[in-house]
Amino acid sequence: METTILFAPLVGALLCGFGWRFIGEKAAMWTATGLLFLAFLLSWIVFFSFDPSAYPGGSYSVPVLRFIESGSLSTEWAIRLDRLTAIMLIVVTTVSAFVHLYSFGYMDNDPQWREGESYKPRFFAYLSFFTFAMLALVTADNLVQMFFGWEGVGVASYLLIGFYYRKPSANAAAIKAFVVNRVGDFGFALGIFAIFFLTDSISFPDVFASAPTLAETQLHFLWGEWNAIEVICVLLFIGAMGKSAQLILHTWLPDAMEGPTPVSALIHAATMVTAGVFLVCRMSPLFEFAPGAAGFVTVLGASTAFFAATVGLVQTDIKRVIAYSTCSQLGYMFVAAGVGMYSAAMFHLFTHAFFKALLFLGAGSVIHAMHHEQEMTEYGGLRKKIPYTFWAMMIGTLAITGVGIPLTTIGFAGFLSKDAIIESAYAGGSAYGFWLLVIAAAFTSFYSWRLIFLTFYGEPRGDKHTHDHAHESPMSMLVPLGVLSLGAVFAGMIWYGNFFGHADKVGKFYGIPVAEASEHAEAGDHAEAGAHGEEAAQADTAHADDSHADEGHADEVAHGEETAKGGDHHYVFAGEPGEGGIYIAPDNHVLDDAHAAPKWVKVSPFIAMVLGFVVAYWFYIVNTSLPARLAANQRPLYLFLLNKWYFDEIYDAVFVKPTVALGRFLWKRGDGNTIDGFLNGVAMGVVPFFTRLAGKAQTGYIFTYAFWMVLGIAALVTWMSIGGGAH
Amino acid sequence: MDNILSIVTFIPAVAAGILALFLHGEDPAAQRNAKWVALVATTVTFLVSIGIYTGFDPSNTGFQMVEEGEWLMGLKYKMGVDGISVLFVLLTTFIMPLTILASWQVTDRVKEYMIAFLLLETLMLGVFMALDLVLFYLFFEAGLIPMFLIIGVWGGKDRIYASFKFFLYTFLGSVLMLVAMVAMYSDAGTTDIEALMSHQFSSEGFTVLGIYVVGGLQTLMFLAFFASFAVKMPMWPVHTWLPDAHVQAPTAGSVVLAAILLKMGGYGFLRFSLPMFPVGSAVMTDLVLWMSAIAVVYTSLVALVQEDMKKLIAYSSVAHMGFVTMGIFAANQQGVDGAIFQMLSHGFISAALFLCVGVIYDRMHTRDIEAYGGLVIRMPAYALVFMLFTMANVGLPGTSGFIGEFLTLMGTFQVNTWVTAVAASGVIFSAAYALWLYRRVVFGDLIKESLKAMTDMSSRERLIFAPLIVMTILLGVYPSLVTDVIGNSTAALISNYDTALAAAEAATQTAASH
Repeated sequence: METTILFAPLVGALLCGFGWRFIGEKAAMWTATGLLFLAFLLSWIVFFSFDPSAYPGGSYSVPVLRFIESGSLSTEWAIRLDRLTAIMLIVVTTVSAFVHLYSFGYMDNDPQWREGESYKPRFFAYLSFFTFAMLALVTADNLVQMFFGWEGVGVASYLLIGFYYRKPSANAAAIKAFVVNRVGDFGFALGIFAIFFLTDSISFPDVFASAPTLAETQLHFLWGEWNAIEVICVLLFIGAMGKSAQLILHTWLPDAMEGPTPVSALIHAATMVTAGVFLVCRMSPLFEFAPGAAGFVTVLGASTAFFAATVGLVQTDIKRVIAYSTCSQLGYMFVAAGVGMYSAAMFHLFTHAFFKALLFLGAGSVIHAMHHEQEMTEYGGLRKKIPYTFWAMMIGTLAITGVGIPLTTIGFAGFLSKDAIIESAYAGGSAYGFWLLVIAAAFTSFYSWRLIFLTFYGEPRGDKHTHDHAHESPMSMLVPLGVLSLGAVFAGMIWYGNFFGHADKVGKFYGIPVAEASEHAEAGDHAEAGAHGEEAAQADTAHADDSHADEGHADEVAHGEETAKGGDHHYVFAGEPGEGGIYIAPDNHVLDDAHAAPKWVKVSPFIAMVLGFVVAYWFYIVNTSLPARLAANQRPLYLFLLNKWYFDEIYDAVFVKPTVALGRFLWKRGDGNTIDGFLNGVAMGVVPFFTRLAGKAQTGYIFTYAFWMVLGIAALVTWMSIGGGAH
Repeated sequence: MDNILSIVTFIPAVAAGILALFLHGEDPAAQRNAKWVALVATTVTFLVSIGIYTGFDPSNTGFQMVEEGEWLMGLKYKMGVDGISVLFVLLTTFIMPLTILASWQVTDRVKEYMIAFLLLETLMLGVFMALDLVLFYLFFEAGLIPMFLIIGVWGGKDRIYASFKFFLYTFLGSVLMLVAMVAMYSDAGTTDIEALMSHQFSSEGFTVLGIYVVGGLQTLMFLAFFASFAVKMPMWPVHTWLPDAHVQAPTAGSVVLAAILLKMGGYGFLRFSLPMFPVGSAVMTDLVLWMSAIAVVYTSLVALVQEDMKKLIAYSSVAHMGFVTMGIFAANQQGVDGAIFQMLSHGFISAALFLCVGVIYDRMHTRDIEAYGGLVIRMPAYALVFMLFTMANVGLPGTSGFIGEFLTLMGTFQVNTWVTAVAASGVIFSAAYALWLYRRVVFGDLIKESLKAMTDMSSRERLIFAPLIVMTILLGVYPSLVTDVIGNSTAALISNYDTALAAAEAATQTAASH
């Protein structure tokens, strides 16, 4: 079954990409989409039927084929299935299947193409190929195979960003994406080399098992001696920074919006960009032993979340706003991973996939309706024109801004997962992370509502003709919006317990062994409570004053909190590195501490969200002249944000131009003047002589050379016969 | 077949002889015959050479299918293959029919052209199979002549300059090698390569012209061989002949040059330098590693600013060869396996890239990148093929280009992290120059009038690319096809190398303690 999930998209890509000439465009597209839906169904079956406790270590591996083997390096193509993989499988296949479906409508009659040009099968083939590469990444059971998927999704992304190959901007964006990602891959590859060097293996179980040893090993890397595991984790994280567009290596993501919108939804929102988060979670057994690297992850994630949110405040291109929003949300996930709450990172990854894909596809629907106009300044008053799209976008916005009932687990998907991260950041002791994320939450709310207000409310501002002809999208586009809306509403509430509930629940979900403090008499009772169904689990995670919980249980939770305050935790993760989908060290109490966080911490993201909404409402509904006045008053700040903190300009001046200049210098001066110049001095006196000779007698020089050769060999042979005789 | 190696080696030469003796005239019929004879001969060579592959026993790390006989003037004729050389033999026989097919539209002196290529094949095969020093040298040097002619006679505008540059560079390198060979013979008393590999050349340091030479005779011999092989590779900074040679050579010439001739340097390091002069190699390791790392970055940067397609690919070749030397001198299993893999893989990929240039050069007669743009609109199949090999060239996992780069870097990491980091940055630059080239040639709108009548690849062209595509992907997905064959021989090479170094170390310590 796992094999089918992995290879169905590849088969679809090949059939669609190469077979469409024989079976026709429509049939080819349906083949690819059909196979994707097959993978989608099977993935959900796997997700629900997978029981980590049934396998030693909470995972199993299906070998497919041999791969690189060289001495002690032994790699194979194999599918590793554990909870982490299972989560990624449903994220990837669900979004991908519905993006395929959506593309039937969106890519129909694309104005970028001319009459008679066949572009749709190619588009579907790329999408399916991407899905295959992404699945190869998440199902990898060793680092090299993961790297295969890692670069594979990079290529798919390159091809899809540059899909409109006539547009110079699309081509430039595609190359930028690939090259910037390669900078990350450079770090990732070095990380793999270091791991192999120290552990003599690159397969996950072996690497995880050696994590405690690595933590005590010194590695001489470049100029100094370092703690091995810290170096490895930082290198791997550099890879993650590239793929997940974190600060410093983020510049490619906004440009990637040159690709068709379904691509932005699938690759640059829901799946590929989350690969970095996945990588950090996958390598959690290493990161748990690398506090320095994890701290770096936290700081960088928080900075990205903040930075991208500030830029998102002033952008006017609808897709770019969402792109910066993605960048920012990825920062959230990294903060969670950095403080050791990998489960919360995965939770947000999971819910974010639904609501961000929804927002992008919704934006696509708006763009489709507005004849491919992407500037929000040209929108306005579209609510009545495209009601379904409006509601879908509304749900997406409610989810991303985190609307819910504070201090309960009732709310849109983003409410639960984002709050989980902010609480984790607080509990993890990262004040920097906590405060930046809260501020970013306010910004998120502001720019998300700004998008809604500018697009759907107010008076139409753009071309009247376009506005009048704005039309609701076809069914093939609305169905995906509907399905993703379901995810954006319910995904958080349904799976909260699994991702961020009590330790035993989370442990069971991931297959991490959980030990209970045995000196407590209620231990036995608790195990029973843990065995209750979904409902009990919900209650399990709730607070002591939650009326859902039965009395005895409430007592116990209260007790748990009490002991938590005393520093003695009731639940401990007790796995060895490598057991379960993620690894949480026994001394990692962030989960419990997050649950026990003060009320003001838990309410703060909600307050930030309300604040953002109120300001957006004030700016764009009540007093619409205010934004322009503010931009004029605060011009330097406005320009600073509008130009994305000038990262592109700085990189161009510091990296791109000097590199090209250096290349030119080495070519003309290095190769030309120095090397050839030197050789000219020595040898070029001889060449014209030969050339003249050649000029005189067309073929004369051949004989000259042959003569020399023969002469040389004759001399050699003579010498050797004499020398040989002497011995 | 006891003498299958000789049969494979000399089939092309016999065909060349037949062409030379029996084919007359320059009329189209004669031209066609010449092409067909060459194609059939190279194809038969390939088919027979499959017998070498199937008959080869990878678990045996010694030389196999050895043929030995007396030759003129007391010299020996000895051929054989081991895990290190056998795949180069196959690479050669595999590539040659494709180059003949790629030359189908040559109209100038077709007979001589085909003779040159057929002779070249014999000589190249000889290099990889010769087990006698003199025989090796003969094949190695004589191979220069046909290549020199191919560039000099059928080349582009500046062919004379390029061919002489090519010749002088390689010939001057070889002269030093010849001197070292003579010295080896006088020291060991044999020219048998197998015997020389087990002979221990003195590694005691001595002083020449006031300079103390660490590693003594071995270091000097190493340097002499190095001069020849480094030029052949080519390594920075003696690489400048390659771009000129490639630019001027006809397409098929570039293909052979990049795919096979460049591999002789790497093969030489593995056949001579490491096993025969282990101490010399160890002494020079750091230098070679740094030269390799510099080569990767330097030539990648230069490739970035090229305006001529062939030159760009030529510089990219130098960069890829940098990974090879780096892997070889990392002198561990991953490094050497990776180096061999990289050479084989580069054989397919660079061949395909030069053929890609050839396809549009045949139509437009220019290699200027500026002259193209938007080809994807008229030539979708070409765009696909070119994309595949561009990606293979940047080392995308799933293509053979990845395995070699990855393994060599992995091997080098265990020896020197600085070199690895510098060389690994080459993967960033390679992505930049390769995609930038592709974007300017294939993507964009089709605006230039001259390009609007371009036709997509013909079935002959597709036929040439098909085997290269298959190999590139096959080896990328299932590299065991190669590593199974070379693994044991590499392991033996490494263990001998380590043993020899340890022995030399012990000897020095004993000497010091006395």
